Amino acid sequence: MDIHYTPEELAFRDEVREFLKNELPEDIAAKVKTGKNMSKADHERWQKILSKRGWYAPGWPVEFGGTTWGPVEKHIFDEESAAYGAPRTVPFGVNMVAPVIIKFGTEEQKQHYLPRILSGEDWWCQGYSEPGAGSDLASLKTRAVREGDHYIVNGQKTWTTLGQHANWIFCLVRTDPEAQQQRGISFLLIDMATPGITVRPIITLDGDHEVNEVFFDDVKVPVENLVGEENKGWTCAKYLLTHERTGLAGIGASKAALTHLKKVATQQHKNGKPLIDDAVFRAQVAQVEIELMAAEMSTLRIIAAAKEGGVPGAESSILKVKGTEIRQAITNLLRKAIGPYALPFLPEELEYDFDGDMLNSESSPALAGDYFNMRKLSIFGGSNEIQKNIVSKMILEL
Amino acid sequence: MDFKLTEEQQMLQETAARLVRDAYTFDKREKFSASETGFSPEFWQQMGELGLTAIPFPEELGGFGGTGVENMLIMQELGRGITLEPYMESVILAGGLITQLGSDSQKDELLGAIASGELQAAVALDEPSSHYLLNDVQTTAKQDGSDWTLSGRKAVVIGGHTAGKILVSARTAGDVRDEKGISLFIVDPKGAGVTRREYATVDGRKGCELFLDNAPGELLGQAGEAFPAITYQAGRAIAALCAEAIGAMEVACDVTLDYLKQRKQFGVPIGKFQALQHRMVDMRTELEQATSMTILAACVASEEDSVERTRTLTAAKFLVNRSARKVAEEAIQLHGGIAMTWEYSLAHYAKRLVMISHQLGDDDHHLEAYAKLMSVA
Repeated sequence: MDIHYTPEELAFRDEVREFLKNELPEDIAAKVKTGKNMSKADHERWQKILSKRGWYAPGWPVEFGGTTWGPVEKHIFDEESAAYGAPRTVPFGVNMVAPVIIKFGTEEQKQHYLPRILSGEDWWCQGYSEPGAGSDLASLKTRAVREGDHYIVNGQKTWTTLGQHANWIFCLVRTDPEAQQQRGISFLLIDMATPGITVRPIITLDGDHEVNEVFFDDVKVPVENLVGEENKGWTCAKYLLTHERTGLAGIGASKAALTHLKKVATQQHKNGKPLIDDAVFRAQVAQVEIELMAAEMSTLRIIAAAKEGGVPGAESSILKVKGTEIRQAITNLLRKAIGPYALPFLPEELEYDFDGDMLNSESSPALAGDYFNMRKLSIFGGSNEIQKNIVSKMILEL
Repeated sequence: MDFKLTEEQQMLQETAARLVRDAYTFDKREKFSASETGFSPEFWQQMGELGLTAIPFPEELGGFGGTGVENMLIMQELGRGITLEPYMESVILAGGLITQLGSDSQKDELLGAIASGELQAAVALDEPSSHYLLNDVQTTAKQDGSDWTLSGRKAVVIGGHTAGKILVSARTAGDVRDEKGISLFIVDPKGAGVTRREYATVDGRKGCELFLDNAPGELLGQAGEAFPAITYQAGRAIAALCAEAIGAMEVACDVTLDYLKQRKQFGVPIGKFQALQHRMVDMRTELEQATSMTILAACVASEEDSVERTRTLTAAKFLVNRSARKVAEEAIQLHGGIAMTWEYSLAHYAKRLVMISHQLGDDDHHLEAYAKLMSVA
């Protein structure tokens, strides 16, 4: 038993650090670290740099432009990326639809879509949730009716993250309304430029435009855009959800957020000394750091098991719950760290090129909004209550 | 990174597991607990015969050179049986202190006997007002030529009632909470000036209060310089207690899960109720987190002393204390009334789980310690 990285893993970490030090644009890192607004162009710029290095799609097989990284290397990469302030990869193309296409798609689909994801030509978004189908995803109602060599799609998707940037959407649609819930669902790829699609912004409680509603009104989708078999879309969806959940513990991101918390609490003052030296506040930081230490170790244990060929199963649900609770606890402390300065709502100060005087500090305008924004963590990707249902059923067999 | 056990470690785990399984049924534990010694001398002897009491000692001193990982494997199994023998106190803590500080003749005299199980030792570090602070030592030792005599009171010495030797921390210089000036002494509990008030503990063990009135003691290590060794060895003991806790937590979780599947109310097994399912998942999550910290603690316990090691061990004890209490409370709640009875084994697991936090520092103590050591920059 040895909890330390091997010399090879350490060498890999150095390589990643070197790359991030040299290649990550300073302005992008600054935006990430202080919670400023990120543009589509920022994401695309970083993606191109990663692609050039061959590190944009680490999870893909090498033949499609992936890497040979194992779970430990992926973990190291995620952690270092977060520590240096690299933007989180927008997962919908590279980490969500791509694994489904690789697993269930036809040769033509692989040849067509994967290179376009790698090059950044396509920006994907996810068409899962509907107004009436959140945690109960299988109750979705968006209909796709086969007419000749097209499906005619009608319905509505919601919570479509960064859909305003996307030119493609992957959707779960109902192709057999008679079949029992999960059985009549298909997995469809839809060009956002198709007539009949409308995207409407949803402004979230922090004032941000991150999610959207997407409406489908007699949208014609060629049948070759079906992935896997008709009515077997649930298999793809389930496969994707397991993929999604493993990364949801967000250890790297939480470690970066904790570093940020210590920095903010060192800059803020109370009782004539840095807030971090206040016994009560410091104890709360200590507590969340210990929780994070344990969660990281739990992640590494699952990763080590995966390295031996085990597949992360329902254990990743436990990690999703714990990981998101920790992240939320950190954002809670970040909000508290700035005291009354959590109150002023200053969207203009979230712009990187804001050239006025900051009301408090560089990072403070984002903190209250972030705290509210991060409430989403325990809701999306299968709410934490759904995760507990999964553990209850799959591990505890209750 | 590698979480696999070696073949030898797997064998060790199996040996300890089999011994506990065979010797420690709940009924037998009740008898051991109620006996004069408060544990089973026969079980203790078997541990010695199987070499378990020799595991952590260096090979040149007749041991197996076991590290924190080997200690973890044994303690976890002892925890699964909520065994009563003072293994941590005698073998890991007293044995560790003598290994680190003892002269050759002290090692010759004592370590072989501890490693074989022939000698059961105890360690007296706490005092009535020290509240887990190992540097808060009011007991004093006076020197007269080469002889030392100790006066003062040491608190809650687990296993002290039957111990052949007790290691006692006493102040030979400095102020009450100074780290400098603390020394360790080997005290014969049957010697002059020693009085023991023996008692049972809430978790079924036995211990004593130790009153010293000019009691002779033999210096262990350098006078006034024992504190680093005390904290280092307390760190090994903390890692061991964490492992004991996860062993007991595993059983508490398993027993509770079985109960949820069997107990029927309103015509269905109560495990069908989502309110209870989620609480059961929370218990397993606590166990998962505690297991991770225990592994971490086991891996650093035998490393050289460093701030990083201390920080990790204190983090582990904080988290395990808290998880152990949550699991204990939730296990009782999910069972309902039955877990409030003496005759139900789970109740005793719950008691031990909570009492572990009262040995070598509770969660408040370790959170404060961690916060001091936390790196900020």
